[in-house]
Amino acid sequence: MTNDVTHTADKTPAETPETTTGRRIYGPLTDIVETADGVTLMLEMPGVAAEDVDITLENRALTIRGKVHAAQPEKLQLAYAEYGEGDFERAFTMSDDFDPDKIGAQVSNGVLTLTLPRAAEAKPKKITVTAS
Amino acid sequence: MLYPTYTRRSDPFALMRSMLRDFDRVSPSRLAQPVFPAVNVWQGDEAVAITAELPGVDPADIDISVKENVLTLSGERKAPEMPEGARWHRNERGFGKFVRSVRLPFVAADDKVEARMTNGVLRIVIGRPEEDKPRKIAIKAA
Repeated sequence: MTNDVTHTADKTPAETPETTTGRRIYGPLTDIVETADGVTLMLEMPGVAAEDVDITLENRALTIRGKVHAAQPEKLQLAYAEYGEGDFERAFTMSDDFDPDKIGAQVSNGVLTLTLPRAAEAKPKKITVTAS
Repeated sequence: MLYPTYTRRSDPFALMRSMLRDFDRVSPSRLAQPVFPAVNVWQGDEAVAITAELPGVDPADIDISVKENVLTLSGERKAPEMPEGARWHRNERGFGKFVRSVRLPFVAADDKVEARMTNGVLRIVIGRPEEDKPRKIAIKAA
């Protein structure tokens, strides 16, 4: 028997005002990748179903919210906890060349993947220099 | 470790701070990699359940095994495939293989273990064997 406490990765609380119910809101861990067509975001939101995700893009602010369904097994009591359960929320400031109508969103295995294509006119145009 | 004495003469505490930072980096609590996944354990008269958040892990890549009273959870978090020339702005998620073992309060029978994965949350319910269930003891009137 040891007194060592298992050290697990902490979920980061979101920087939002507190909730009325006292439930925690977590900021989902995010990977952001810039591709040739635009930007891809991958957010870890375990316990959030596809229909419970809410995404808005307004005035360059991309806000992602996810409601979690509590995973309490029936007739059992929590005996030991290493992670907390709570809704997810996170906001990013984007550049203004994204079209809100063209955002693609997909949830699989608790990861939300967002694809934001850049507007066509904003894509960098390559200028070829011709030798005279 | 090298501590230059000539830089930042105007700040007498700079050296002290840099030493503290180094100390912080090698202290055991920082060295230890966080364990993945974090688990919650639920208990009841009929069963014990373990829940774990495994976002981004395909249920086919998770291996659950029970040997006597130890339940082992292993698998791999695969990094997403990105097209050539992709530039990463942020990488907060972790990837790679993981193993986690949990000791159960009883020896589990293989046919009483049930695992289900919904939206990246894994739930394993282990039924308590009959001989381990709490027995009610009736009090006889004298």
